[in-house]
Amino acid sequence: MSNISRKFKDMTDTGLLLTITIVVFFLMYIGAIVFQGKGFLKPQTFFNILNANAALIILACGMSIVMITGGIDISVGGVTALVSMSCAVYLDYKGGNVAASMLIAIGIGLAYGLVQGFLVAYLDIQPFIVSLAGMFFARGMTTIVNTNPFNVQNESFVALKDTRIIVPGMGSVNKLGKYVNAYVEIGVIVALIIVILMFCLLRWTKLGRSFYAVGGNKQSALMLGINVKRTKFMSHMLCSLLAGIGGYVYFLHVGSGAATHAQGAEMNAIASSIIGGTMLTGGVGNIIGTFFGVLSLSTIQNIVSSAGLDQAWWTGITIAAMLCIFLVIQSVVMARKKRAVKK
Amino acid sequence: MSIGKNRNVTDIFGKLFKNQIFIPLAAMFILLLFNLVADPSFFKITMGYNSAGNPVLSGYLMTILDNGSELAILAIGMTLVTAASGGQDISVGAAIAIAGSTLLRALCGTNTRPDTLRMPIFVAFIISCLVAMAFGAFNGALVSIFKIQPMVATLILYTAGRSIAAWINNNELPIISEPKFGYYGGFIPGIPIPTPFFIAAAMVVIITLVLKFTNLGLYTQAVGINESSSRLNGLNPVFIKWLTFVILGACVAVAALIKVSRLSSINYSVIAKDIEMDAILAVALGGNALGGGKFNMASSIIGAFVIQMLTTTLFKFQVPSDALPAYKAVVVILLVVFSAPVVRDKMSQIIKKMNSRKGAV
Repeated sequence: MSNISRKFKDMTDTGLLLTITIVVFFLMYIGAIVFQGKGFLKPQTFFNILNANAALIILACGMSIVMITGGIDISVGGVTALVSMSCAVYLDYKGGNVAASMLIAIGIGLAYGLVQGFLVAYLDIQPFIVSLAGMFFARGMTTIVNTNPFNVQNESFVALKDTRIIVPGMGSVNKLGKYVNAYVEIGVIVALIIVILMFCLLRWTKLGRSFYAVGGNKQSALMLGINVKRTKFMSHMLCSLLAGIGGYVYFLHVGSGAATHAQGAEMNAIASSIIGGTMLTGGVGNIIGTFFGVLSLSTIQNIVSSAGLDQAWWTGITIAAMLCIFLVIQSVVMARKKRAVKK
Repeated sequence: MSIGKNRNVTDIFGKLFKNQIFIPLAAMFILLLFNLVADPSFFKITMGYNSAGNPVLSGYLMTILDNGSELAILAIGMTLVTAASGGQDISVGAAIAIAGSTLLRALCGTNTRPDTLRMPIFVAFIISCLVAMAFGAFNGALVSIFKIQPMVATLILYTAGRSIAAWINNNELPIISEPKFGYYGGFIPGIPIPTPFFIAAAMVVIITLVLKFTNLGLYTQAVGINESSSRLNGLNPVFIKWLTFVILGACVAVAALIKVSRLSSINYSVIAKDIEMDAILAVALGGNALGGGKFNMASSIIGAFVIQMLTTTLFKFQVPSDALPAYKAVVVILLVVFSAPVVRDKMSQIIKKMNSRKGAV
């Protein structure tokens, strides 16, 4: 027993917060299976959570990187809407091909990263204000590109959207007694690849380590010879690029363009990062945690809606309560660390 | 001789440039100039009669005074919060929904179409004020005691606020038919100037007196500039931070009274939408450091009216309300870029260089 408690004490902040997140996710999922019945036992329920939240996973990865570096970016939801709308207009009215629409998405992301990163890193303007204006701009631009929401009819795009990748060995028997294979959409594969890539980037590359260094303590990072401005710039660049990709994945999931798309996605992304153990103060965080943060968040949403509390307001209240709990946990961890330093 | 005069002029400009209140005033001047050139009808004020037969002044300038009032009231609280905690409260829009919903619940009870009000409006306002201050205290506790970044601590209420507001009234939308309730957001019979302006003016007077006769201003700035040294000097930073959030709660309740009174009803998802962004912009435009520390209240209040002026100007040029944010964003980015310390230093360096070159010639 004492061994366990010592291990608990020796854990780094990242490790501790990550463990809490993963444990909470599994407890919640088991709770859902116990109390909500067999719906949650079907593999497809889990994969549907992934399908619906692939874009959020990508957005949250970018958000975590910015938050680890000590910044914040609330423009990601707006960028998602802008990417969806631009690609939708391009594919339908201009009759463009799918590959070019992907380039548009990445282009929008890069342009956003360039401007926001420059303003934050080199002009030293608060990231919150810059990305606030970025969010305003993206939402406004979306309606300027096209006011009315519409579904994309482009054939090759629809074919890509409906592509389903069957998960081998998983499946369930449906109401008619037929065995149905579990499937995921392409977006999920993209999201998983990005999670792995970003995990490797943060753990083993020089850039990734300097994100942590700058977020942890700017002064000492500077003394270590890290180019703080460039690191900040890169974090925003990466976040906006991921927002562009995430926007395209979102577009691939919904298949339409609308100004109201991804409303509140930035808040969900921030919430998932926090639940996943990324500290707002910077320097602490983990992409795997973020991944589980998104899963926890969406599982809660699923539980709320399947419990018959269908009103949108219950979702808001539960997410807020969860966010509150995790923030308090973080603050306790911080206090613990400070006490340890004093000793 | 001419060089001396030149230097004098740049000195005056330099002083003005450094004064904080210069930023919102310059922005206002640019906007006014733009309107004057583009379409002078912006300045026209006409006397008319509203549907109740009362004399009212109307015109774009009156719209700015009218709609800018809530923003100015919020800017007061937001400035204090910004100064003390170095962050902003992004839940004010949701908190307005809560306060407004409480107000209606107190006035109507469970009856959504009451003929008579259950209690005097003033009492209901006090109740909603207490509720808003309680939510402010919640935010304040998260920020001051648990040391969570203000933007993120208030994210909780931002996510849940509108849901809580809907829950308070069982998701129903009460409508008040009592004409007296409409006075707060409209016109008092016989007075042609919109009431919100008077309410805002009263709030400004109150905060001016408070700042003049108490140490609130000094203490908030001290906490904002350096928390630990203010603690060593005998201040209680936790309490002061918490207090600013409670004060913001009171401001929110006043703004909610105006907002609800305008419609005599409420729409939980739309009321005061995006007002948190405008309130933060007002503080930023006022030249206050968003990272906390020194503040200038007058500058923020002028900033609030300038933001409203920008909105009204854009509306006047038939910018659709959905596209409005894009234009606002461009203006905001230009503003923050020009007020960024890095850019200002560069600019003053360039001015100095130009001066010295002139002197050499």
